[in-house]
Amino acid sequence: MERSLDKQLFKKLTLKDAMKYVQMYHDSDELVQRSLEIINEEDKVLNAFISVNKQPGSGIPIGIKDNINVKGLETTCASKILKGFIAPFDATVIKKLRDHNFSFIGKTNLDEFAMGVSTEYSVFGPTKNPHDVERVAGGSSGGSAAAVASGEVIAALGSDTGGSIRQPAAFCGVVGFKPTYGLVSRYGLVAFASSLDQIGPITKTVEDSAILMNIIAGKDENDSTTVDRKIDFTEFINKDLPKMKIAVAKQSFSEGVEEGIKNKTEEFMELLRKLGHTVDIVNMDEIKYSIATYYIIAPAEVSSNLSRFDGVKYGLRISSDSLSQMYEKTRGYGFGEEVRRRILIGTFTLSAAYYDAYFEKAQKVRRVISNKFSEVFENYDFIVTPTSPTVAFKIGSVSEPLVYYMMDIFTIPANLAGLPAISIPFDQINGLPVGIQIIGPRFSDAKLLGFADHIERKIKI
Amino acid sequence: MDLFRYRPVIGLEIHVQLNTKTKAFCNCSADVFEMEPNTSICPVCTGQPGALPVPSQEMYELGIKLALALNCKINEYTRFDRKNYFYPDLPKGYQITQFFYPVAEHGYLDVNGKIVRIRRIHLEEDAGKLLHSGENITEADYSLVDMNRCGIPLTEIVTEPDIESPEQARLFMEKLRTLLRYLGVSSGDMEKGAMRCDANISVLDTKTGKQSNKVEVKNINSFKFVEKALEYEFERIVSLMEEGKEVERETRGWNLNTKTTVSMRSKEEAHDYRYFPEPDIPPVLIKSEYIQKIKKTLPELPDERLKRFMEKYNLSEKDAWTFVEDKEIADFYEKVVENTNDPKETANWFLTELFRLYTEHGKENIKITEKDFVELFDLMKSGVISRNIAKSIFEESALTGKKPKLIVEEKGLKQVDDYELIEQIAKKVIESNPQQVETFRKGKEGLFSFFGWTGHERNKRQS
Repeated sequence: MERSLDKQLFKKLTLKDAMKYVQMYHDSDELVQRSLEIINEEDKVLNAFISVNKQPGSGIPIGIKDNINVKGLETTCASKILKGFIAPFDATVIKKLRDHNFSFIGKTNLDEFAMGVSTEYSVFGPTKNPHDVERVAGGSSGGSAAAVASGEVIAALGSDTGGSIRQPAAFCGVVGFKPTYGLVSRYGLVAFASSLDQIGPITKTVEDSAILMNIIAGKDENDSTTVDRKIDFTEFINKDLPKMKIAVAKQSFSEGVEEGIKNKTEEFMELLRKLGHTVDIVNMDEIKYSIATYYIIAPAEVSSNLSRFDGVKYGLRISSDSLSQMYEKTRGYGFGEEVRRRILIGTFTLSAAYYDAYFEKAQKVRRVISNKFSEVFENYDFIVTPTSPTVAFKIGSVSEPLVYYMMDIFTIPANLAGLPAISIPFDQINGLPVGIQIIGPRFSDAKLLGFADHIERKIKI
Repeated sequence: MDLFRYRPVIGLEIHVQLNTKTKAFCNCSADVFEMEPNTSICPVCTGQPGALPVPSQEMYELGIKLALALNCKINEYTRFDRKNYFYPDLPKGYQITQFFYPVAEHGYLDVNGKIVRIRRIHLEEDAGKLLHSGENITEADYSLVDMNRCGIPLTEIVTEPDIESPEQARLFMEKLRTLLRYLGVSSGDMEKGAMRCDANISVLDTKTGKQSNKVEVKNINSFKFVEKALEYEFERIVSLMEEGKEVERETRGWNLNTKTTVSMRSKEEAHDYRYFPEPDIPPVLIKSEYIQKIKKTLPELPDERLKRFMEKYNLSEKDAWTFVEDKEIADFYEKVVENTNDPKETANWFLTELFRLYTEHGKENIKITEKDFVELFDLMKSGVISRNIAKSIFEESALTGKKPKLIVEEKGLKQVDDYELIEQIAKKVIESNPQQVETFRKGKEGLFSFFGWTGHERNKRQS
């Protein structure tokens, strides 16, 4: 490896190679410089970054979604309400990355408080898709996905509540991994829906995701929902794997899924068969309940989690004569349309009169969906679906909230059931990347990454 | 007003601050009384974005300890919930509490033979404190928030409406405080806010069988006021009932200055707290081995000790409770008896002399030790000093910490057993006070102590 990397080389540099580079030269200034140069050139158009770190220091350049606290940097959550808020502490994942010589190049764009599928709900405007700047990069971790896809950074962290890592990864043609719930600490991630949120990597290769997982995962005494599992996420990387049994959800071919996506899913099934794996189409009708379930549970948690943004302690405050007016004005102006919509939905579904009919019921359906996945995993190693029913759409082309909500149909179930799921790029349609999602049983993360790595290598050949 | 026709039906909700080292969900110190504002705070208890609560093991432990002492059933499955509302002293916009699955249920407390059932006990966090710039909240230009108290662990104890009088409510609270101190789970100081009480009261008209709506009385901050506030409220409700007026279902606040209750909010204004399971804290399964382990750490509880005091020391229930009620006093009594081997005499000295000194000078200023008791009793029993002199020596010893023997020697208070000397002094006293002798002879026996005293003075001058 050359000491001096030109921009083209840097853009393609994997995390694995970047780590080799640092090991070889004991210096990472070159990497940080290249990253800043490319951001300087590309980001005026892409808008992947909300802020670029003025003192990134040395280390491997990584992008951090702007709902994860990096001490001393602004955390905006792409919202007006956090105006001027400087994170007073490092998220646990950030602390771990610091210990492993990473440089936090900047904070990446997202839909406000991670609620959305396109970053169009960011107060800083949408991130453009590097494959077609007329189109969205996906969301909510669209900034992270675009930054990795364009080569601005070596890798990035996103957060995934209903598909927010996987869908933008699919739209931008990179790898996005949502770990099993509880493997990665949420401490320092500004909560959206606590029971669904999980931080995960967005990278150029599956192996890079596994490498990052080895750094960021682990039981955290500051997050009581983390679990103590000693997993080596790279255990099955670049290994010969036994033949697997794969279930492809029948719903991958249902109404609302673009024809092109259906075709690519079929091609993917063919590839799996060619590689000697068993592939069956399995009816998972319960998937259709996941949107309704998700849009009760997530907003309920949102309505509570976002209560702390009240103008009293930090961020925006619109002063007023009375306390209640201060609350109303601050929150009414500080939150955007989609966030307000979800707070209202959640406030309604949690109210005493409707709790049983909505929230309690949704919890039950959540268990039904979770049980269905467990049942399928009794006979199959992994479940495959397209990551998104569509390819990246044009900026401003979708205006109906319900159409937006339907876009998470394949990614939401993994959050409801706490399962690990990965999106890997599989070919393109008219120059736009397609992502295939592979879902595994709880804590099968290492095996899942191994399997995705195995497929990725076959695709590249 | 025919108060006997009406019967109060009272239930209490008591918040008790637990004596944990750390706050409920972070590592900040929980000992914040009179601390500089906002000095025991961190991202977790001030609700910073991204911060997460981690429950303190000690909070569960103390909560379970208290629940066991209150004869509760400890729930195997317990979990935290969120109670959502906006207020500047609540940094997260919700309070972490237990709504659906409290840590314990179905207990009772024996208050002088009256069984008051405990409905539930749950764990929760405290809110902060607001300081208003003006006289009160409505006149304040601005208010400041002190978050030291945010996240202090509390248990809420909810009784069934079994309490039958305002006095009984106070006795319940006092008994509970005794229990808390025995367990060491809380100081139980109402004045310092370590124990707070909200009372629910409704009134039953025994003639018609009608029961009024329930009124909640808040802001009661002393044992005395538990009784006073409920007395006031009982009479207020009865007056309304007598006039045939509707008793509104509402929350009223006890006003310290006017000694009355004032309406705070009606039922229509009641909050919808939108309770739901706290997703940041997994539910906990409490194993029976864990409960057994805690059970073994329970000290002898007040009721057991009362029984033992009555049997072992042959004390009346009233006297025994006087000691047992205050753990420190009961401990001291036992220590003294261990040394004097005279429970009856010790009890007498406690009930009369010691308690008098406690009230007059404050418990913390009384320095007498169990050894002093032994010395004093020996001096008395061997006839060196009289009972009356012993009392004054006791007082001096208690206030100065001087040994009784030393006081006796210093002041020459020894009882004189030289009969010749006594005779000599007596003669002199009689000779020099002929008038008094005459009066005494005529039957004024009260003068006896005069002779004693004069003799005593004469003796002192001689030595």
